[in-house]
Amino acid sequence: MSDIIELTLVELANKIKKKEISSKEVTTAYVDRSEKSKKLNTYITEDFENALKKADNFDKNPNYEKKLSGIPMAVKDLFCTKNLRTTAGSKILGNFIPTYESTVTENLWNAGAILLGKLNCDEFAMGSSNETSFFGNVQNPVGEDLVPGGSSGGSASALAAKLTPITIGTDTGGSIRQPASFTGTVGLKPTYGSCSRYGIVAFASSLDQAGPMTRDVKDCSLLFEVMSSYDYKDSTSVDFKRRNYLNDLNNSIKGKKIGIPKEYRVDDMPKEIEGLWQKGIDIIKESGAEIIDISLPNTNYALPTYYIVAPAEASSNLARYDGVKYGFRSKGENLIEMYEKTRSEGFGNEVKRRIMIGTYVLSSGYYDAYYLKAQKVRKLIKNDFDEVYKKVDAILTPSTPSSAFKIGEKTNDPVSMYLNDIFTVPINLAGLPAISIPAGLDSKGYPLGLQIIGKAFDEQNILNIAYSMEEQIDFKNEIKDWWM
Amino acid sequence: MAKNQSEYLIKRNNNEYEVIIGLEVHAQVLSESKLFSSSPTKFGAEPNTQVSLVDAAFPGMLPVINEFCIKQAIKTGIGLNAKINKRSIFDRKNYFYADLPQGYQISQYKNPIVGEGSITLDLPTGEKIVGIERLHLEQDAGKSIHDMDPQNTLVDLNRSGVALMEIVSKPDLRSLEEVNAYVKKLRSIMRYLGTCDGNMQEGSLRADVNVSVRKKGQKGFGTRCEIKNVNSIKFMQMAIDYEANRQVDIIEDGGTIDQETRLFDIKKNETRSMRSKEDAHDYRYFPDPDLLPLELSDKFINDLKKNIPELPDEKKKRFIEKFKLSSYEATILVSDIETSKYFEEVIEKSDVKLSTNWITGELFALLNEKNLEISQSPITAKNLSKLINLIKNGTISGKIAKSVFEIMTERDKDPQTIIEEKGLKQQSDPMELEKLIDKVINDNQDKVKEYKSGKEKLFGFFVGQAMKVSSGKANPQLVNEILKKKLK
Repeated sequence: MSDIIELTLVELANKIKKKEISSKEVTTAYVDRSEKSKKLNTYITEDFENALKKADNFDKNPNYEKKLSGIPMAVKDLFCTKNLRTTAGSKILGNFIPTYESTVTENLWNAGAILLGKLNCDEFAMGSSNETSFFGNVQNPVGEDLVPGGSSGGSASALAAKLTPITIGTDTGGSIRQPASFTGTVGLKPTYGSCSRYGIVAFASSLDQAGPMTRDVKDCSLLFEVMSSYDYKDSTSVDFKRRNYLNDLNNSIKGKKIGIPKEYRVDDMPKEIEGLWQKGIDIIKESGAEIIDISLPNTNYALPTYYIVAPAEASSNLARYDGVKYGFRSKGENLIEMYEKTRSEGFGNEVKRRIMIGTYVLSSGYYDAYYLKAQKVRKLIKNDFDEVYKKVDAILTPSTPSSAFKIGEKTNDPVSMYLNDIFTVPINLAGLPAISIPAGLDSKGYPLGLQIIGKAFDEQNILNIAYSMEEQIDFKNEIKDWWM
Repeated sequence: MAKNQSEYLIKRNNNEYEVIIGLEVHAQVLSESKLFSSSPTKFGAEPNTQVSLVDAAFPGMLPVINEFCIKQAIKTGIGLNAKINKRSIFDRKNYFYADLPQGYQISQYKNPIVGEGSITLDLPTGEKIVGIERLHLEQDAGKSIHDMDPQNTLVDLNRSGVALMEIVSKPDLRSLEEVNAYVKKLRSIMRYLGTCDGNMQEGSLRADVNVSVRKKGQKGFGTRCEIKNVNSIKFMQMAIDYEANRQVDIIEDGGTIDQETRLFDIKKNETRSMRSKEDAHDYRYFPDPDLLPLELSDKFINDLKKNIPELPDEKKKRFIEKFKLSSYEATILVSDIETSKYFEEVIEKSDVKLSTNWITGELFALLNEKNLEISQSPITAKNLSKLINLIKNGTISGKIAKSVFEIMTERDKDPQTIIEEKGLKQQSDPMELEKLIDKVINDNQDKVKEYKSGKEKLFGFFVGQAMKVSSGKANPQLVNEILKKKLK
């Protein structure tokens, strides 16, 4: 049984289809391991009993035609799941049970997957360390008292600790790629408009995008293929021809042109990260692809732009959590007092900080100087990418400027926390797809990731490059089950 | 703009003040479903029965534009001779209120779907063109109910998300009559188009009224006050009159007007300050990131243009030219789409002049008396047309027709049947009439003498006698002819 958890999604799916193992066996293995891993605090809401029942039902009445037939999986607690509590990591939604299902999770269940439970995340996906969750911080299985990154920290941790074979996250400024990098896993932020946002608790609507988090690139291709769909219920969903990403996966990248942006060589970047980046460059060269030095001149403005646009949208998106209709409500003498108490008690500090920033940058007299200016810069950042994509097929950068840090290390310094997203944020602003794959370990033995950025809707291309690099890198995560 | 229309001036001491009025009309789009959700919009449903997850702003719910509402707004824009903007943007207007589930209203701020246009008012003094500044689409909010529970405010979200068109006029209105004509004309155009039912009792049409005053002859505008959410023409007029006088009093006392938002209290007939400019909400408008900019193709707009029905102004022109109606008659007959439909149905088979007279005369009097809309008329266009034809072909006299009309108001019966049942058919047989007239002459020999000796006024007496003897059924035209012959 113990080797079940070592199998990748593609392997598991094949074994279930060949009836070599049952869904119940797989589900039981993951439930057992999850039960023994509470110390990691990855789950906000467990649904193990139901999962086992569903697995049982699957085995009794199997349908092997589907892409995720009988596969158990846990998902980030930002996806609304019908009849199962969905909190977004916040007290204000601490008792919220949706009557509806997000399109992305619906796609998973339609493909035969079975829900294990809901995974911890930063409150409303606002954070880079999973420390802003109302349900407590999450341990990174890589090392004790290390953050797993954020905001999809619970997802990354559960995946790396093998509490789920695959998972999904959301990425607004790096929330899939940064935790993937911190935990030695693969995370894809798809092109904006690729995965429906319907039923995902919104953080920043123009940036949010759901994506797969997996152990390897093949799994990532398969899971992405299942998640992505055109959805009329999301007006920003794009109706393009989805591919069979796994089937079309191809490790030959000969002749591809890969850009290396000079602006990503930031000051005081750890030597190890520079080293890994160079290693990635060398691997690409050896595979017959061409390396081209490029410039993305507005990269420096991406972080400040992001921290205007995202909080602005968030301040408005979170206005609906007012205690009137659902979720947490505090008592007040009148409507205003009820609002104030509910939101003061219901939201954590980071969320409040961003609501205040967002409210400020949208207020009259400041709108032009901040929000409007940020939108213009955002356009320039997108133009930078459009320009370089005339010359290159994809771009290679580090995923993060550092490896996982200690819990509590950056909680009192929001700006240094925000700097974690420096390499990932520009991609969200430009709406492009990017994948983080593990590239190696630093001197402390912590994983580090490389990011491959693609053209819009060109996920296949970056999956291919990632697949090719993955073979060469042959990364091994050294997780020692210290929490058990 | 025509000048010196109906003068509405406020006089204080030796000063005369002109009143400047602009209206922001909120018209509910006639649509089965809401602006961004598929919930129904029926009026008067049980509270919270027409609410989707989107309308109640559940986590992760997203708005999806209702194409029909977009078409309705464009059609209205075309009806207002306005520029249709091929690119418009939905913005969020952020504020907290219990009946605003999202914490923002989706509206259009800097880039509305419809730009400048105009409306022609038909005033007793002539036509006046009033400018339209813009038309934009927005969501309605829900309703807070404060008096149903001793402790709590209750919220009904049935209206939450219903599509509204905000139609903003230029500050071109100068009198209460013009306000009346403007709202009626706007309502009429939208009813012709089928884009708003204009039902003010049900709140389908409400207005924010902007009022300022200035000394007659002064250029530039005074400081304005906005009176929120007035829901009938009468209340608009009362509110404007109160507000204009209030402003004049302040100026005459040497004060200045504060720009502010005011409420009209119907019971006390006064406006009260709601909030000053300093306290104005900062709505933090920004483009809704859940909705892409709305881009319209020329074809989309042109297809709608092709299907615009004949509107009141064109119809009026046609009625005048084709049917030789007076401008006054035409204005009345086109003022409401139902009236114009009724009229056109009647004249399809009947004489225009007679039909016009009967509709604007007898029928309107009847509807007024019974306080009915023409769509509720007890007499159908078909039967009125028959009645008019019976007059025209001499079957009955106009006088008899009025009695038949009376009977028809009770039951919408075929006039032919009524005439037969009541034996009201006109006596038109010349032989019969001659006998009848001979009798009248025989019975009134003295009058005949007088007549023949030159008292020609007595002719009417003989006609009257003949009609009386025939119980009003004698064909008056024939009676005239025969009498003239016999009395020679």
